[in-house]
Amino acid sequence: MRATVLVRPKDGILDPQGEAVRGGLGHLGFSVREARVGRVIDLDVDAQTAADARAAVERMCERLLANPLIESYEIQIDDREAA
Amino acid sequence: MTGTADQPRIAVVVFPGSNDHEDAALALAGLGADAVLVWHASSTLPDVQAVVLPGGFSYGDYLRCGAIARFSPVMAAVGEFAERGGPVLGICNGFQILCEAGLLPGALQANESLRFVACDVTLRVERAEVPFTSRCETGDRLVIPVKHGEGRYVAPPELLAQLEEQRQVVLRYVAGENPNGAQDDIAGVVNANGNVMGLMPHPEHAVDTLLGSADGARILGSLVDAARDRAGVARQGVAA
Repeated sequence: MRATVLVRPKDGILDPQGEAVRGGLGHLGFSVREARVGRVIDLDVDAQTAADARAAVERMCERLLANPLIESYEIQIDDREAA
Repeated sequence: MTGTADQPRIAVVVFPGSNDHEDAALALAGLGADAVLVWHASSTLPDVQAVVLPGGFSYGDYLRCGAIARFSPVMAAVGEFAERGGPVLGICNGFQILCEAGLLPGALQANESLRFVACDVTLRVERAEVPFTSRCETGDRLVIPVKHGEGRYVAPPELLAQLEEQRQVVLRYVAGENPNGAQDDIAGVVNANGNVMGLMPHPEHAVDTLLGSADGARILGSLVDAARDRAGVARQGVAA
């Protein structure tokens, strides 16, 4: 089952990469008040149900995919194949 | 072979991508230790009195620096060693690994400048009664080089307050010399028990005035002293 994890720097954590992106957009003439750069992780998970997949990915995030001290994460499960 | 009070044994763990293990081992040997390299895939540590996690780019810094190395088989043994009070020092990537492993508080993120920094920095010793600074006095200034792209120490405000309260900040960049934007100029921290320390600067690169500074020898020498004490205690334990 396909799962996507979005990992973001937590609010209040300085994100110099986002700042650099904001500056670059500014040079291109775009007016952007803030940019934050995170990470996308696409997974193909062995799981019978979407709930099982979500629970497994949740554990993956807590243990490895995100650092909960400085990053938040969001899990999206695509269970269309199972339907 | 086990370490003795004359020549304590110190493990230097080698991860795939470590690159300062040889320098660390050489520096420790120069300070009187029997430094042994331990491959990360080993699930046990040899009989040692201290452990060093060296600098480098373990696992290519993939995902987050240190995030994958913390699951190396040897890290469980390092965790148990630390739990028993053994001194553990993480340098640069080793510091990142200890933070990811939860053996030290906080995290290390990309330098505020987004540039790799390689320069000497001046550090202030904030606390001299831990096994890593016993050859220093509080307030001493040490000149030790840094070389990293991701060394900005980060912790949420409540954790920072706790670190200050429990005096867990051992080394700070002096004013104007913070190379990475670290919060509160933090260069090195210890765990609550004081037996695990991480620092971004590289003491192993500053053990001879020929290299510009010998101040790193005061950090590593302190660790050798701590290992020596531990070897002596172990031997007394056997004799008793």
